[in-house]
Amino acid sequence: MGLDARWIELPAVQRRLLLFSVAAAGLFLLLALRLWYLQIISYDRYTEKSMRNRTRVLSLAPPRGPIYDRNGELLVGNRPSFTVSVMRQDVDDLPGLLQKLAGLLGVDIAVLRDRWEKGSRFPIYRPVPLAEDVPRDVMERVLEHSTELPGVLVEVVPVRDYLEKGSEAHLIGYLGEVTEKELSQDMFDDLQPGDVVGKIALEKTYEKYLRGQKGQRLVEVDVKGKLLKQLEVDPPRPGNKLFLTISREVQRAADQAFGDQSGAAVVLDVHTGDVLAMLSRPTFDPSLFVSGIEGDAWAQLLKDPRHPLQNKVLTGLYSPASTFKMIVALAALRGKVITKNHIVDCNGEFNLGEARYRCWKKAGHGRTNLKKALRESCDVWFYQVGLELGIDKLEETAHEFGLGAPVGFPLGGEKSGVIPSQSWKRQRFNQSWYAGETVITAIGQGYVLTTPIQLAVMTAALANHGDVLQPQVVRRVEDWNGTVLKEETPQVMHHIDIPEDAWNAVNQGLVAAVNEPHGTASAARMGNIEVAGKTGTSQVVRRRSDEEEAADRLDVPYRFRAHALFVAYAPADNPEIALAVVVEHGQHGGSAAGPIARAILESYFKGRGDVATTILEERP
Amino acid sequence: MFDRRLVTNFDWVLLTVVLMLAGVGILNLYSATSGWDVYSLPFYLKQSLWLAGGLFLVLLICCFDYRHLEHFSLPAYVVTLGLLLFVLLLGKTSMGATRWIHLGFFNLQPSEVAKLVIIMALARILARTVQPSGYRLRDLWLPALLLAPPFLLIVKQPDLGTALVVVFIAASMLLFAGLQPRTLLVLGVGGVASACGGWFMLRDYQKARISTFLNPEADPLGSGYHIIQSKIAVGSGGFWGKGFMAGTQSQLSFLPERHTDFAFSVFAEEWGFSGSMLLLLGYLFLVVWGIYVARRAADRFGMFLAFGVTAMIFWHIVINLGMVIGLMPVVGVPLPLFSYGGTSMITTMIGVGLLMNISMRRFMF
Repeated sequence: MGLDARWIELPAVQRRLLLFSVAAAGLFLLLALRLWYLQIISYDRYTEKSMRNRTRVLSLAPPRGPIYDRNGELLVGNRPSFTVSVMRQDVDDLPGLLQKLAGLLGVDIAVLRDRWEKGSRFPIYRPVPLAEDVPRDVMERVLEHSTELPGVLVEVVPVRDYLEKGSEAHLIGYLGEVTEKELSQDMFDDLQPGDVVGKIALEKTYEKYLRGQKGQRLVEVDVKGKLLKQLEVDPPRPGNKLFLTISREVQRAADQAFGDQSGAAVVLDVHTGDVLAMLSRPTFDPSLFVSGIEGDAWAQLLKDPRHPLQNKVLTGLYSPASTFKMIVALAALRGKVITKNHIVDCNGEFNLGEARYRCWKKAGHGRTNLKKALRESCDVWFYQVGLELGIDKLEETAHEFGLGAPVGFPLGGEKSGVIPSQSWKRQRFNQSWYAGETVITAIGQGYVLTTPIQLAVMTAALANHGDVLQPQVVRRVEDWNGTVLKEETPQVMHHIDIPEDAWNAVNQGLVAAVNEPHGTASAARMGNIEVAGKTGTSQVVRRRSDEEEAADRLDVPYRFRAHALFVAYAPADNPEIALAVVVEHGQHGGSAAGPIARAILESYFKGRGDVATTILEERP
Repeated sequence: MFDRRLVTNFDWVLLTVVLMLAGVGILNLYSATSGWDVYSLPFYLKQSLWLAGGLFLVLLICCFDYRHLEHFSLPAYVVTLGLLLFVLLLGKTSMGATRWIHLGFFNLQPSEVAKLVIIMALARILARTVQPSGYRLRDLWLPALLLAPPFLLIVKQPDLGTALVVVFIAASMLLFAGLQPRTLLVLGVGGVASACGGWFMLRDYQKARISTFLNPEADPLGSGYHIIQSKIAVGSGGFWGKGFMAGTQSQLSFLPERHTDFAFSVFAEEWGFSGSMLLLLGYLFLVVWGIYVARRAADRFGMFLAFGVTAMIFWHIVINLGMVIGLMPVVGVPLPLFSYGGTSMITTMIGVGLLMNISMRRFMF
């Protein structure tokens, strides 16, 4: 300490401190002199420069990344569109300008005034867009009159171009103006109000890959704000390329086969979980959103009773009906409740105490074994086997197949559905479970609710004998140099342990349903490829009497008609794809959904006769 | 054991100057970012929150005796090196430079921590090796060893501005500790030589910045644009300025980065030469007061620490202002208490806290 005190008192140290203070002051003096030079000596020169500072920095929107199918076919690209904007700081006579523009653009002046008001939220240097996606001839008219339109400029903006006209709108999603809430997040920190971002589905999930980077243009304007010349350009960087697992061909086939019916279809590769096609109907036209959707169009989409904005593949909840029967059979075989030769005598109804449960075939199926039960979809066989199996075993197996819970689809927003059990009912209704409820659960009615994607995952697991796959819809993201930025690999969520002969027994039943006489799924039969499949007819209203069987007839109102379901995989002996189709209010699985399934299979196997030579892909 | 003298010796002068400067800075941010429709909290409010957090830190730092830092400085130095390595390997990249560790609520910038830790470690070394007749070259191996790893890691990020500030701080502290004339000569020549050699190690964009500085017109949309527009803003301010919120350059947004590194341009345009002089005087007072704190420190460690912190603040001011008014290349160094940014505010306030700490404990023994 003594040393410290003495040291500090050393004249040399004191001198140095003083020296440093003087040096600091000297450097500050240098800064002050420079300021003097800039602000006093050169004041006139810089004032003039600032008055004449007639450069404007304009932002250049980047084209969003293109989206391709699995074979590199373009699904969603970009096209140039013309936006008429105004630079606020160059407008003197606003009413006059809007008047002129309204005439040229052929729009109501109130609309333009609205756009102007909205644009006033932007920083002053950002041009306010007054009309987007204007036709070329209108754009040329505006340019011809540009001398009378100070501050008006026409910008070329890349906008989304949907080559499939909305066939996969639910998968791709649409764009919209970035919201206040989004702007406060880190992910959007390079955006400003008025910019567009992905709002749903892939456009939203892969936003950061698809967005690209803005560029800038430094332009010189004259005193009236008219563009004189471009001084510098820093071009925008387009977004990255997104390659999907979708096959454009299969998607188109499904789209055409659907016609104008409502519902959903999804097709999976049974080895990888790749989604080859996915559609929800009715769809909407994503290009409506390109220049900002009009209020009326939006209201119409929202009000439509057939729910065009809903992605029914992920959120449509349907009773799986007879497509659930394979799960009952496999659970019973695994639990040794039955053997594959188990016989039930079907006389058209099944009695449980006082209650009667009918088979869809009034006359009954007679002596029925497993294969026949699946082929002809005999309800009585499943009533009885389901009852012997018990609800809890059934629930356990159904969950293993991925039913009743989100399958982990990469877009999120899935509905869970319901696989009922004793504890579920206790929690949900605080009631105990009845044997009668087991009976109707065994034919996929009652409380059971599943989504089309769950049914597809279930069918794929039936086809590959127990691998429950996570559906993949994106294969990889690449930049423009071909560098892979992100790659998705097939994911087996888990494996279901069921003896091989049980799988085979159920598979035979499904082949018979498509290919043998009396098979209920014959609509999907193909000449060259052996298909395995199962229909389902899902009641919308509970039938309580014979009269109400009218639900099968076309004279019931549309909304009371049953949903038609179809699940299938092919080729039966060495499966490659699995699919699930739901046609809302389509009455019968066989007649309404079967043809769609068949169209999908035909497009996939186009030109392939003999499939015995197909080589299994390496499993991960 | 609480000492009443701590309260009576509380450095109100320093705190007042700091608050005045920061207050003017926030007012200026309000003007610079007006009309920015940012949906989250406006910049000037965020900056006020950072200032409040900084004040809290100042009070916290005043609570313990700064001399504990002497023992703590070497472990802290090792941890900081670890952080710098970590950021190089796994940090958050932005604009091609990797400088941040993402902590959820805050992006930690280890190079900022490094500045303070290097000051502490260097203060400790210098405090313990007394050379009444000045340091010889061979006495400097330890400071050099201390400085080289963090310096190289920061250059590697690359964060030219911070690396430059680190070198300037260390050089100031060594000069203050006293060098023999021969040492000074050798170091001076060596410095010039390595600066020329360093030119070939710079990345292209860094070279571009320096050439731009020499000839701004060559690249008007790149960094040259910054300098040209900034000079127009400052120059057109004249003697009295255009008035608060009335800077055409800034309000019409010709000024890029006008809330961060170029905050002073907005100020100079709106308050003119008169305002700029007052602000410069404020900063000069802060620096001189810092030197005064060093002079009155109770021990050598405190003196070097106070001097180092003052040097840090000083070089930030000089480099930033020099850049904004076209005396230096654009290196991206913020103006303390004035540029928008939590990191800069917090680092500066920690420094201020240390100064206050040393100042109030000057009669402890």
